[in-house]
Amino acid sequence: MIPLSWYLILSAALFSIGLFGVLSRKNAVAILLGIELMLNAVNINLVSFWRYGDVAQMAGQVFAIIVFAVAASEVAVGLALVISVYRRRNTVIADELDLMKW
Amino acid sequence: MTAMQIFFLIVGLIILGSALMVVTTGNLIHAALWLIVTLFGVAVLYAILNASFLAVVQVVVYIGAIAILFIFAVMLTHKEMRDRGPQLNNGWWLNAVIALLTFGGLFWMLRSWNGFLKSAADLPASYDGVAQLGRALISPDAFVLPFEVASVLLLAALVGAVYIAFNRK
Amino acid sequence: MNFWFDPVNFIAHWLTGLLTGWGLAPWLAGAIIQLIGVVVLISLMMVFDIFLVWVERKVVARFQDRLGPNRVGPFGIFQPFADIIKLIIKEDITPDGADRVVYNLAPILSLMSVLLLWAIVPLAPVIFGVDLNVGALYIVAAGSIGTLSIIMAAWASNNKYALIGAFRQVAVLVSFEIPMIATMLIPTILAGSMGMNEIVQGQQNVWYVVLAPLAALIFMIAAIAELGRSPFDLNEAESEIVAGFHIEYTGMKFGLFYAGELLHAFTFGGFWAILFLGGYRFFGLENLGPLVAVVILFAKAMFGYWVIMWVRYTVMRIRIDQMLAFNWKFLTPVAFVLLMLTALMNTLLRGTPVAVYICGMLLTNVLLGWIIVEILRGYSRGEREKIEGAAPAAATAHR
Repeated sequence: MIPLSWYLILSAALFSIGLFGVLSRKNAVAILLGIELMLNAVNINLVSFWRYGDVAQMAGQVFAIIVFAVAASEVAVGLALVISVYRRRNTVIADELDLMKW
Repeated sequence: MTAMQIFFLIVGLIILGSALMVVTTGNLIHAALWLIVTLFGVAVLYAILNASFLAVVQVVVYIGAIAILFIFAVMLTHKEMRDRGPQLNNGWWLNAVIALLTFGGLFWMLRSWNGFLKSAADLPASYDGVAQLGRALISPDAFVLPFEVASVLLLAALVGAVYIAFNRK
Repeated sequence: MNFWFDPVNFIAHWLTGLLTGWGLAPWLAGAIIQLIGVVVLISLMMVFDIFLVWVERKVVARFQDRLGPNRVGPFGIFQPFADIIKLIIKEDITPDGADRVVYNLAPILSLMSVLLLWAIVPLAPVIFGVDLNVGALYIVAAGSIGTLSIIMAAWASNNKYALIGAFRQVAVLVSFEIPMIATMLIPTILAGSMGMNEIVQGQQNVWYVVLAPLAALIFMIAAIAELGRSPFDLNEAESEIVAGFHIEYTGMKFGLFYAGELLHAFTFGGFWAILFLGGYRFFGLENLGPLVAVVILFAKAMFGYWVIMWVRYTVMRIRIDQMLAFNWKFLTPVAFVLLMLTALMNTLLRGTPVAVYICGMLLTNVLLGWIIVEILRGYSRGEREKIEGAAPAAATAHR
């Protein structure tokens, strides 16, 4: 049987990789990709805690489903923003979107 | 080491390897395709964890909708199909250090928790996870309120996305 | 346990004895038997796919008042083999600037997304790949892999027409998935399970097409859209964008797309039969043995496939805006109203005699259908008056 620690280490590693992507990518779409990785890492945690805890308590799975909904909304609005920005500024590089910077 | 553990290790390596490709590869479409590999790996993990509903929803929502939206966004925001130049910031090594520190910190924190090496109890023979989940989602003394709030959030996101991306001319 | 009443377990039992007799560990023997089962199922479907090529060509010929293939073998039945030889010996072209790995992966994924569906098809009470308790969602999941393969093919072949095809396909698939899921939920509500086996078991008394005829109709329309077949073949529209996403594919790679498309159509015929036409049931005939049940299911799936072909070769292609408007303004609201009504009636009529239950469900559907037809009639009358008001001269001249 697989111990709980394996899942937790895997999800911590996935979270860190996602964090690296968010911090170091230039393209706004790629930053959103990193956020997806982080959300997936969270979901692995939630589901494995459900399985290794009390399976009659569905909180872990329900939370995972709500994370799905949040991820879907985040991507829909985020990509709409990216496309809208691209129409106005003709770029999606996060560093070049510095109108609010002074 | 049982066959299940070997299988888990292979899936874990695929997940982490493809996740690394997502954050480092130069071609953004390839990054989105590698993300799909990662998401598949996570779906397999859910299946190993006996969460069959989540495994299928992972494929439907993440691969069927989110990943495809990503590919579209990449296509719509590029003048050419190929990317040029470095795709990472200049200070990427600092970010790598931060990510490693995060991983180390999480690992250290989890190590000191006494449930870390817990193993799972076997599921009862007649256990129906889907039915349980369905009941939990709609019963008033469980999660009906978060469920409704999530659906309102989805509706708001739908309206917001249409409003933002709408081309006013 | 004998061969006639439980063939799969009979063979599996015999093989387990044979393999463990050779000194293999029991878990290894089990894994090998699983693998053999998968290979046999996939090979059978692929061989059947070759037969489908002949069926499709013969049926389209009949719809268009032609003879169809009639030279190779009796009734031209060996024509597909000639086709395959032709496809294999064709030059295999990879376009300039193509993304090689993705380009070669796409046709494989396309066929795979179809073959995956056969894992959950209950061919008979005792012959099925796996009895998944989320079967209905699994169909949608496999469909999303098909969408992915189309985008991959279009992007990797570095061609504008291919990209246009993929954009259309995704717009269509993402929107037609919604009425499809909503109508798949109706058999789920009636059977109380998403598993395909239990849905078939639930149709013991009456087929769901009687309880939910509107759902069967909407599912069929959404399935045709999902398949990308005429009148919804916008993704490959030969006369507009040449062949859409598979424009750059030659030889057997194109063959894989083609085979996948035909098998996909047949598979959705099969799911239509399972969800609404009672699956392998046919008035007690399935009790003769599992092999008879398999034949019944295939006959019903063939009927569904024939309906899809019938629509394909008699209805004209519609424009993308018409298609999306049809989905969002008509099909989706109807599917949701139907879903809510079915859930409500199912709860209200629970515990009543079977005859009352069936009549109640049928009446609900008929009533809803009548209301929809009335609304449509009023709408089309309004449209007609708008046109006639705008151009009175032409209208009066016509009379």
